[in-house]
Amino acid sequence: MTIDQISIFLENRYGKLNQVLGLLADAGIGIIAANVADTSEFGIMRMIVSDPARAYAILRENNVSAHVAGVLAVEVAPHPDSFRRTVEQFTAAGLSIEYMYCFSICSRAILIARINDVEGVREVVVRGNMKYLSTGDLNELHNKQAR
Amino acid sequence: MEYWQKELETMPRPALEKLQTERLRETVARASAAPFYAEVFAREGITPESITSLRDLQKLPFTTKEDLRESYPYGMAAIPLEKCVRLHSSSGTTGNPTVVLHSQRDLDAWADQVARCMYMVGIRDTDVFQNTSGYGMFTGGLGFQYGAEKLGALTVPAAAGNSKRQIKFIMDFGTTSLHIIPSYAARLTEAMQEEGIDPVRDTKLRVICMGAEPHSEEQRRRIEKMLGVKAYNCFGMSEMNGPGVAFECTEQNGLHIWEDYVIAEIVDPETLEPMPEGEVGELVLTTLNREAMPLVRYRTRDLTCFLPGECACGRTHRRIARLRGRSDDMIIIKGVNIFPVQIEKILMQFGELGGNYLITLDTVNGSDELTVEVELNDLFTDDYSELQRLTKDIIHSLKNELLITPRLKLVARGSLPVSEGKAVRVKDFRKLI
Repeated sequence: MTIDQISIFLENRYGKLNQVLGLLADAGIGIIAANVADTSEFGIMRMIVSDPARAYAILRENNVSAHVAGVLAVEVAPHPDSFRRTVEQFTAAGLSIEYMYCFSICSRAILIARINDVEGVREVVVRGNMKYLSTGDLNELHNKQAR
Repeated sequence: MEYWQKELETMPRPALEKLQTERLRETVARASAAPFYAEVFAREGITPESITSLRDLQKLPFTTKEDLRESYPYGMAAIPLEKCVRLHSSSGTTGNPTVVLHSQRDLDAWADQVARCMYMVGIRDTDVFQNTSGYGMFTGGLGFQYGAEKLGALTVPAAAGNSKRQIKFIMDFGTTSLHIIPSYAARLTEAMQEEGIDPVRDTKLRVICMGAEPHSEEQRRRIEKMLGVKAYNCFGMSEMNGPGVAFECTEQNGLHIWEDYVIAEIVDPETLEPMPEGEVGELVLTTLNREAMPLVRYRTRDLTCFLPGECACGRTHRRIARLRGRSDDMIIIKGVNIFPVQIEKILMQFGELGGNYLITLDTVNGSDELTVEVELNDLFTDDYSELQRLTKDIIHSLKNELLITPRLKLVARGSLPVSEGKAVRVKDFRKLI
């Protein structure tokens, strides 16, 4: 149900991000969504990529500190209340969201959320009949958008 | 010009060297009673009769900090323990601690030595002297305490820290002189200003003794201006009693090293051959006036040079330049001695960290800062609160080990320079000289 998200440790240093992005671009790996959380000392960039396994291998080969985490990708309806209703279901089930970010692709709004309790997430998603996406689904949308 | 002990301080060189030769012979005789030297001297065939001139010093073996560690605790004692009245010990964080023993006569001589230094910079029995040095094992506490009392100054053993209390003492007791480390002098000035006190106008401070921490001429001038005082550089180390080994006179041009107390040599740290006058090398000291624990040719690891020429103050004891660093990798920061291996030992306890690290020393707002950069072994989490928790835990452990709080920066794997062979782990950007 979850998809693999790649996180990279970035020190606040000139040219560092560019170097990391270059590694992925050269390998033909697409970045579908990205989010950066930063402090004054360092940042963590979280990415949904077209091929997480290969991206991780390439990063490791090039000595980039990387981490793989399972995150939930769900589609949110284009409706003023839908974002709230999605979050509300997790809250009602007693689940805390570690972090989340949104992006849109092919006019569809996608929510990426990291919730530690995998079983709990499954229940909420199934019960709420949420539209969750796999890496394959996201790649399809990504390719469609590219065309 | 006034002197504490005019005859000794201004003794003509030939007479001083004769005194040194006599005392060196006595030192060899006394040291032979210590288990460590008994063995070394027997092996090398050294007896007091081996010493007929100062040049014979060259025949004697060197003593290292390692020797002190290995003979812990009493292997260097040259008199029975019942004749010893005090023991100072280093923390021993990098191996066995070291011990320095004193007889009553040693303590009296040391107090005289410190009194001589203080008198030299104009401190008198009319002064109120506040010692902001840590007491306990740290020799800057008791060393200055007994010296100041010998001198007759009204002595306030304020000890380290607690700026509010320090300021209250300075104001209430009319403190005129301080023993203080440079970084704390800057802090104390700030604390006074926060309380609306102008150190120049509102206090009676006029002379401070500054040591235990390398500082530049520029820093000295700034502190003198901020506090409205004359600041004098002092040098000492626990192996040589503590403070008072060498001290600046009012010329503020080099530190007189008391040659009736020690024989000072400057040697090449690699070849151990004497350096030509004026060239920087490692300071090697032989005690001349200590009975409980004489040390022969002790390698201090401190780098300095002799300043040529005579001093306008009239004292004949040679001057050394302010210290230029160390011939080992010891770092002195905020008066605390740190070896990089102590930092390494802590970092290696964290599985999240890789083996590469870099220690940077900086001067920030006139105060020394220690920054440790360390590589993450791998990114074990994508939750940065966990990275922040890790940062906090590492800082906490480092503080417990080092007694000062470093700044810590986690960096990505492979981002620190790896040098060929022996890695350069320390970069010192502090403003010196």
